[in-house]
Amino acid sequence: MTVGLFIPCYVDQFYPGAAIATLQLLEKLGVKVVYPQNQTCCGQPMANSGFEHLTGGCNDLFIKNFAEFDYVVAPSGSCALHLKQHLHDESQPEVAAKLRTNIYELTSFLTDVLKVEELPARFPHKVGVHQSCHGQRGLHLSQMSELVAPGFSKPGRLLNMVKDIEIIPLNRIDECCGFGGTFCVAEEAVSVKMGVDRVADHLQHGAEYITGVDMSCLMHMEGILNREGSKVKVLHIAEILNGE
Amino acid sequence: MESGTIKDHAELAADFNKDEARVDWHDETLWWIRQKRDKSIHQIPEWEALREMGSQIKNNVLANLDKYLLQFEANALANGVKIHWAADAKEHNQIVLSLLREQSLSRMVKSKSMLTEECGLNEYLEHNGIQVIDSDLGERIVQLAKEAPSHIVLPCIHKKKEEIGELFHQHLGTPKGNSDPQFLTDTARAHLREIFLTRKVALTGVNFAVAETGEIVVCTNEGNADMGANLADVHIASMGIEKIIPERRHLGVFLRLLTRSATGQPITTYSSHFKKPAEGKEMHIILVDNGRSEQLGREDFRNSLKCIRCGACMNTCPVYRRSGGHSYHSAIAGPIGSILAPNLDMKKYADLPFASTLCGSCTNVCPVKIDIHDQLYKWRQVIVKNGYAPETKKVAMKVMSWTLASPTAYHTAGKAARLLLKYAPFTVNNKLNLWYKHRDMPAPPEQSFGEWYKANRNKG
Repeated sequence: MTVGLFIPCYVDQFYPGAAIATLQLLEKLGVKVVYPQNQTCCGQPMANSGFEHLTGGCNDLFIKNFAEFDYVVAPSGSCALHLKQHLHDESQPEVAAKLRTNIYELTSFLTDVLKVEELPARFPHKVGVHQSCHGQRGLHLSQMSELVAPGFSKPGRLLNMVKDIEIIPLNRIDECCGFGGTFCVAEEAVSVKMGVDRVADHLQHGAEYITGVDMSCLMHMEGILNREGSKVKVLHIAEILNGE
Repeated sequence: MESGTIKDHAELAADFNKDEARVDWHDETLWWIRQKRDKSIHQIPEWEALREMGSQIKNNVLANLDKYLLQFEANALANGVKIHWAADAKEHNQIVLSLLREQSLSRMVKSKSMLTEECGLNEYLEHNGIQVIDSDLGERIVQLAKEAPSHIVLPCIHKKKEEIGELFHQHLGTPKGNSDPQFLTDTARAHLREIFLTRKVALTGVNFAVAETGEIVVCTNEGNADMGANLADVHIASMGIEKIIPERRHLGVFLRLLTRSATGQPITTYSSHFKKPAEGKEMHIILVDNGRSEQLGREDFRNSLKCIRCGACMNTCPVYRRSGGHSYHSAIAGPIGSILAPNLDMKKYADLPFASTLCGSCTNVCPVKIDIHDQLYKWRQVIVKNGYAPETKKVAMKVMSWTLASPTAYHTAGKAARLLLKYAPFTVNNKLNLWYKHRDMPAPPEQSFGEWYKANRNKG
């Protein structure tokens, strides 16, 4: 099995640590991983702003870079969801359709394809888990608090394999952090207030780290934590699962 | 979003957020209602099946709306009810006025009806010399404050009890400084009792109209619709044409869904059936289109007409809770309002589908399974294609899509951004950057992942 590694543009530029951890974690689990170096972005920033018609270039590039792989794995629920819902190519619809099926967010790839049951990781800290909405409600990585349905959590299952980790409870287990792509600047006031409230829930419960499957939400919360002068750090889940 | 004197959602929300303590209070009040809803639905193991059934009944209604409307009309006429059809808000308002003029009356009592808010009925009647008193307590409060409801189920949820005490002091003569909820409610009750006894025309909304029997069902917690309609000589019921349900037994689905979703109650205190006028009295039903046929014709947005106006999407919406209902500058606020309003006026409401993070919680709480957040996404595309995006955004998106479609341009831009942050942070960390206003920028790393990979894994 060869996996094409898709690294979201802002992770590539600002959070290389999350990308390196994703690569190393997959390799540690015996997967052959290739990172196509001409990749850029999934196109979501344009699409969610109402400009999906301008994403043709991103779609073409994505297909060119990833069509050959058995699976595509991305350390992001949001980008994976966007590609699953909107990747298309009128000249080769079957290639786009296959990619839409074969693209996975990292944690669901670990639980559903690799069927990981144990991890050699240790992380002796109090950790708050942020449920990023696109991963949770879009890709169903975890059960949603609005529904009357049995609970489960793919990221939670993996974190439970990590030695000495303490997952803290939250008052609102799956409230949005307010990042929302261009929403974070277009609706600056509400976005910030949502972020402040989300971070406060984690702080109130004694989190030392906030983790999640999407670095975008974490970047937003990190911006708020740093502005508040907090010592609490954000870490992509791959960095915890890949820990010593 | 549109420039001009009218503020858009983002600006109105920013105003609302100037008082953070108030935002916290608003958020926590509505979150408490969301929690009541959760508690109540978890007592029903078949909740998800009930939602599915509600959704399918409504799909059937929308697919056969013409048939059910005619069936409803025929049955209502046979019951002795007078039926009026209104193509738009203006026609609806004219019909109400003409019914009042027929009676030579200049006063009317009204129970809660979001449709009349949508039609601007109160304003219209007042311009024509008719006094309208809203009898729903929350609506009466916002009416006294000369405001619009900020929520479809909880019209004055944005008001604190002290503010209500002050309003009552000014308008109903209660002692200054008294904001005891029980005292204020008793005062409103006495005030409204006099209104109910003296008004000869009462207008109510409609929650469900049963095609099979020609009856309407009105759900309230205060019994004010019943007081108004039963004491008046003329009962006018205004309904959107989408309020039809095929059979009476379907109420067994919708009455269970409605109030659990709205407030967490098992059922409304009063679920009153009105079928025929009492001896010597009149009953009129006005069936209003006002854009609904057009929405029915929009395939992507059609099923927004399944809405039963429970307000659950507002209570759960993290944006609504922190921006307040008035920030939506539309009769119906929140996520559902944001997918209904652009159908009525795409330019005026072009900002609303963007007032969301697309978190999807609205879709999950919707008792009739409207794909609200997907429709918000789709409205964004329609609004941009119709030319209602701001020019600056159009340019930014073109530049962004060009950069991201070219690996060379992307790598250059990424490196430039990181260098800028590292060596000239003042160019980014200033008040022109909306991110930076309340959030620090990420620390720029030495290398991008791509550069690291090239250096460490793929030196050839």
